Amino acid sequence: MKKPGFVLLTLVVAAHAADKWELPKETAKFRPGPKVEVVVANCSLCHSADYISTQPPMPRKSWQATVDKMRLKYAAPIQTNNVEAIVSYLTTTYGTSDVK
Amino acid sequence: MRTDGNDFSRREFIRAAVATAGAAATLKLSAADTITLPFENGQRPLVKYPQKRPLIRHTTRPPQLETPFSVFNENVLTPNDAFFVRYHLMLSPPPPGLLKPTSFRLSVGGSVKIPLKLSVAELKQQFENVELVAVNQCSGNSRGFSKPRVSGGQLGNGAMGNARWRGVRLKDVLNKAGLGAGAKQVTFNGLDGPLLPQTPDFIKALDVDHTLDGEVMLAFEMNGDDLPWLNGYPLRLVVPGHFGTYWVKHVNKIEVLDKTFDGFFMSAGYRIPDNDCACIEPGTTPAKTVPIRRYSVRSFITSIADGVKLKAGAETLVKGIAFDGGSGIKEVTFSPDGGRTWREAKLGKDLGKYSFREWTIDFTPKNAGALELQVKATSIKGETQPTEARWNPAGYMRNVIETVRVEVA
Repeated sequence: MKKPGFVLLTLVVAAHAADKWELPKETAKFRPGPKVEVVVANCSLCHSADYISTQPPMPRKSWQATVDKMRLKYAAPIQTNNVEAIVSYLTTTYGTSDVK
Repeated sequence: MRTDGNDFSRREFIRAAVATAGAAATLKLSAADTITLPFENGQRPLVKYPQKRPLIRHTTRPPQLETPFSVFNENVLTPNDAFFVRYHLMLSPPPPGLLKPTSFRLSVGGSVKIPLKLSVAELKQQFENVELVAVNQCSGNSRGFSKPRVSGGQLGNGAMGNARWRGVRLKDVLNKAGLGAGAKQVTFNGLDGPLLPQTPDFIKALDVDHTLDGEVMLAFEMNGDDLPWLNGYPLRLVVPGHFGTYWVKHVNKIEVLDKTFDGFFMSAGYRIPDNDCACIEPGTTPAKTVPIRRYSVRSFITSIADGVKLKAGAETLVKGIAFDGGSGIKEVTFSPDGGRTWREAKLGKDLGKYSFREWTIDFTPKNAGALELQVKATSIKGETQPTEARWNPAGYMRNVIETVRVEVA
């Protein structure tokens, strides 16, 4: 017959440190800017906003290359008619101010 | 890749992503909770994660955390709770439920005689347990200092760490499975993965000869404890002398191939210019690239931070670390005058050719004014550090002579 103490011990052994592991809540957000809702919808599926906000100021062609990499290398489901809006948002919101 | 729980996790992650992306930011960190790395747009929050002290957070999902540089002055072994964290894909880190002893299994398959499926307990029991002290340095360590700047994780110098790894030799495990006659490369995949099935999974490959060198390890312990969750619990690959990209975390699938692996993270990502310096004219594109491999030689002053004030006439013990890609450190020299004169530092205890090597030197600043302290290491194979930073498009392999600027009063 199992004593209550034995059952309790089994439960304690079955618990694992991993049960307490939990990541902090995501607080990074996209800066306001033109068509930010398109950027949120397309970019935040796979990564948090700080993947963008921590980048150095970059010219338009670098942001274009980044969006192309996400679409073509990482298979991000970004519709081609949204690419221009995303690149423009990134350039004006996070890029260099003097880019052409 | 994930073997189970995939759909559930995917749904969970999407819910979290949608909820947080739409929410307005309410948390404002105080100045004490941030650190500013010395390059443009270098401010980052210091954030506490499970089993970690507050670390420099570069990104949240997936997480990338850097070790504050002052940690490297604490101990030649980097504490587990301060060790840097780097993930690639959305479903990272894997949920703890997949990693517990009851659920986690390592499979060894592909071109082998006997496919294996092993728990971590079985690995520990069936193969000789070995230990090795080795540096793990992220390929992108120091990328934030690239001039011109390049895109990617904008890391300071803290995406590296030195630990005593304990595990089993990869060679022993592969020999138990028995390599097929045509075996050419071996691939390693962990339980972290992409959100979308069409996104390339993070899979790395090593040549068969390398996997049989007796040094590559399947590690389950780090500095005497289980691996932390964010450093690969319960099992990771340790590839001494080689950049962290090969040190696959939560590794649960090993496959032997009869061909060269052509996955994205070998054939397109983590590549350097195919020349001796892994460098090209800044702002240009390399003609030919190869996968990144071993560390170049580096050294750092750890006891004096940039901008510190020293007292004229007062003797200071300057302390630091040096390492290379596995030949070991032959010599470390110190310059108190921006590289005009050099003196040899005293090397500390030798923990093995893959470890950080501590060094110390006495230094007494004589006159008041600004000083540039520099350190330069030479490896046993004769490699040394350049006076001008080299450049490549991915911001890899930085090993310029480091300078710490101090004020003497």
